[in-house]
Amino acid sequence: MSTASTNPNDVPRKAESLLVPSALMRRRNAAEARFKAYGIAAIVISLATLAIMLFTIFSDGISAFSQATLRFPVTMDAATLDPKGNRDPADLAKVTTIGYKKVLEKALIAELTQRNVDVQGVSAKDIGSFISGDAPARLREMVLADPSLIGQTIDFSAFATGRIDGYFKGRVTMETAKLDSNISPEQLQLADRMKAAGILDVRFNPKFFTNPDASDTRPESAGLGVAIIGTLYMMALVVVLSLPLGVAAAIYLEEFAPQNRFTDLIEVNISNLAAVPSIVFGILGLAIFINFGGLPQSSSLVGALVLTLMALPTIIIATRASLRAVPPSIRTAALGVGASKVQMVFHHVLPLAMPGILTGTILSLATSLGETGPLLLIGMEAFVVNYPAGPLSGGVMDPATALPVQVYAWAARSDPAFIERASGAIIVLLAFLLVMNIVAIILRRRFERRW
Amino acid sequence: MKLTKITVSTLAILAASATVSMARDNIQVAGSSTVLPYATIVAEAFGENFDFPTPVVEGGGSGAGRAKMCEGVGENTIDIANSSSRISQKDIDTCAANGVTEIMEVRFGYDGIVFASDVAGPDFALTPADVYGALAAKVAKDGALVDNTAAQWAEVNASLPAQDILALVPGTKHGTREVFDTKVIVAGCKETGAYDLILPTAEGKDDKEKAKAAETACMELRTDGRAVDIDGDYTETLARLDADKNAVGVFGLSFYQNNTDKLKVATMSGVVPSTESIASGEYPVSRPLYFYVKKAHIGVIPGLQEYIDFFVSDDMAGPDGPLAAYGLVSDPELAATQAMVAAGTPMGPLE
Repeated sequence: MSTASTNPNDVPRKAESLLVPSALMRRRNAAEARFKAYGIAAIVISLATLAIMLFTIFSDGISAFSQATLRFPVTMDAATLDPKGNRDPADLAKVTTIGYKKVLEKALIAELTQRNVDVQGVSAKDIGSFISGDAPARLREMVLADPSLIGQTIDFSAFATGRIDGYFKGRVTMETAKLDSNISPEQLQLADRMKAAGILDVRFNPKFFTNPDASDTRPESAGLGVAIIGTLYMMALVVVLSLPLGVAAAIYLEEFAPQNRFTDLIEVNISNLAAVPSIVFGILGLAIFINFGGLPQSSSLVGALVLTLMALPTIIIATRASLRAVPPSIRTAALGVGASKVQMVFHHVLPLAMPGILTGTILSLATSLGETGPLLLIGMEAFVVNYPAGPLSGGVMDPATALPVQVYAWAARSDPAFIERASGAIIVLLAFLLVMNIVAIILRRRFERRW
Repeated sequence: MKLTKITVSTLAILAASATVSMARDNIQVAGSSTVLPYATIVAEAFGENFDFPTPVVEGGGSGAGRAKMCEGVGENTIDIANSSSRISQKDIDTCAANGVTEIMEVRFGYDGIVFASDVAGPDFALTPADVYGALAAKVAKDGALVDNTAAQWAEVNASLPAQDILALVPGTKHGTREVFDTKVIVAGCKETGAYDLILPTAEGKDDKEKAKAAETACMELRTDGRAVDIDGDYTETLARLDADKNAVGVFGLSFYQNNTDKLKVATMSGVVPSTESIASGEYPVSRPLYFYVKKAHIGVIPGLQEYIDFFVSDDMAGPDGPLAAYGLVSDPELAATQAMVAAGTPMGPLE
C-alpha cells in the first residue's frame, strides 16, 4: 500500500502517504501501545492485590463489630452476695466474681425455664458457660458501686462466649463443634432456641471500641479502648513535639544556615535518618528514655518520643521541600520593602509553605501511626486493662498499648476468635489512616498555590 | 559545644523530673509467651477482685523477661519475670551484680508439648524413636551412622501412615524447642542407638563433656526441608499446617485444646496428652512453668504479695481453676508452693 505513488517525478525515493503508516511508524505505535498495556497491567495488578487484601480483612473483621448478647433478668440473691446481710462495702468486696458467676448462671437457667426453652440435657455448667467471663466482673462492679441493688431484680445483658458468638457468625459450625472440646453441638442447638426465644441476639457492639483488652479465655469482651487512647495520646504528643522542632530546623537550614561543609553534613545525615529502619529507633528509645532517662515502661510518652525521632527527618525534608517551592521573588520583594529576614520568613514564606508542611506532617504521622516495631521494644505490646488517666493527670505516663501492636498481640493468641478481633482492629486502624490522608488531601487542595 | 550542653542538660532534667514524678502503683510482669496467657488470666481476675490496678503483663520471651528483671531494683524495673525454663546461673549472677539479690522462684504448674496434625488426616502414634528417625540429620542404620533419607513416616516405622514427612518444629529461640530437643530428640537418639554411635566420635576433655557434645550432635535436625523451624507463634504453625495438610506440628497443650476442631493430637509412646496424663507423669514431653519475683519489690509495689498469693491459690492454679481449664497442668505440689510464697522464701543456689 505504501508503494502507491502520488508524484511520478520522484523516482529514487519511495513515495509514502501520511495517511498510511510506515513500518517505522507502526513499530513506534506498537511500542507505545505496549507501554500503555504494561502500565494498565501494573495498575490492575496493584488494584487487585489491594482489593484482595481489603476483602480478606473486611470479610474476617467486619463481624468483630457485632456480638452475640444474652439478655435476661437477674435476681441479686442477698444470701450469696451479702452473706452477712449488713451491706458493708468491705464485706461485699469479699464476694469474688466466682460468687457472681453463680448468681448469673442461676438467673439464666431460671429465665430458660420461664420462657419454656427446652435445654435437652445440656448441663447447668454448660449453660453457665454461655455467659462471658467478663459479665460477673461487671455485675460485681455494679453492686459495689450501688449496694442497694442487692435483693432487686435487674435487667442484665451479658456477652455470649466466643464460640457461641462464632456460631452466629459462621466461624463455628455443628461439624467443628463435634470436634471442639470447648463447645458441643447440643449447646449450639440450645443457642438457636435461645435466639428464637429472644434471650440471645446478635447486635452492634460499641464495646469493641471502648473495652480494654481481655485475657485468652474471653475473646468476646476484648476491645480497643486502651489501644485507641494510647494511639491518640501518642499522635497528639508526636505532633506537639515534632512539628515545632522539625519546622524550626527546616527553616534554619533552608533560610538562615550558611552553605558550608557542616550544614552539608547535617543535610546528608537527615536524609540518612529518614531511611533508618524503625526498629533501630526502638532500641535507641529503650536505651535512652527507659534505661537512662528512667521514664516508665509501656507508657505512651516513651512511645511518642520514639515515634517523634522517627517522624522528625521526614517532617524536616517535607518542610524544606515546600519552603524551596516558594519562589525567590517573594523573598526578594519582602526584603526589598524593608522586611528583616525573620519577618520575610514568618510573614511571607512560611504562610505560603504551610499547606505543604501540614501535608508532609500528616503523612509522616500516618506512617508512625502504623508503626509496630519500635513499640514492641519499649514494652507497649503488653496486656493493659486499666485505662490510662486523663491527659492532664499524667495519663501519658500510664501504661498503654497502640492499635498496631494490639493487632500483633491478638494475631498471636490461641483462640481463633481473636483473629476476627485482629481484623476488626485493622479496619479501625485503616479508618484512622483514611481520615488522616483525606485531611492531607483537603489541605493540599484548598490551600496549595502553584507558581 | 553549646548544643551538646543543651542536649545533656535537657536529658538530665527529663530524667530527674521523671524519677521524681513517678510512683508506680501497678505490678509489671514480662517474659515467656507460653506463660503469658496464664499470667493475663490471673492478672484480669486479680484486677476484678482486688482493690489494686490490673497488672501489666508483657510477653517477649523467657530470657528477655529474666534479663529485664535482673536490670536492677527500683520502680522502673519489672517486678516479676515469667519463664518457661529454669533461671540460669548466669542470670542469677547478673541479678546479683545489679543488686537483685533475693529472688523467689515460683513453679506454678506444667505445660505439655504435643504433636498434632490436620484433623482430617490419619492418626499418628509416635514414639521418641520415630520422631528421631524421621527428623534427625543422621540416623543409625545397620550399626552405622548414615544420612537420613526417609521420605515417608511409614519408612521410619511401618505402623505409621504412609505420609510424606514434614514436621513444623519451634525455632531455636523458643523455650519449647529445648523440651522438644531433650525429651524427644535426645531420648529418641538414645533409643535408636544413634547416641552410642555418636559418642565415640564426640570431642571433649572428660566423659561428661563428651556426653554433652554427643547430645548436641543428636539434636541436629535434617536440613533437606522436612524439618521446618517455625520462629513465630503457634498460630503460624497452625497456618502452615492449614496450607500443607501433610505436616505434623509441635504445639503447646493449651493451644491444642483451643483448636481441637482443626487439630488431631498424636500419642507419644501410647499415651494421649492431657492435663491428667501429664500431671501423673505418664506423658513424657512436658516442662515446668515458673515465675520469678523480685523480693525487694514486695511491700514497695502495692499488691505484689497479694498477686503472687492469688496466682498460686487453688482458685487459680488449682486443678479445677481457670488456668487448668485453659490447659495448665496443675502442680501436684501446689500446697508447698503456696506455703513458700506466703512465707516469702527466696530461692537457694541452683544445684
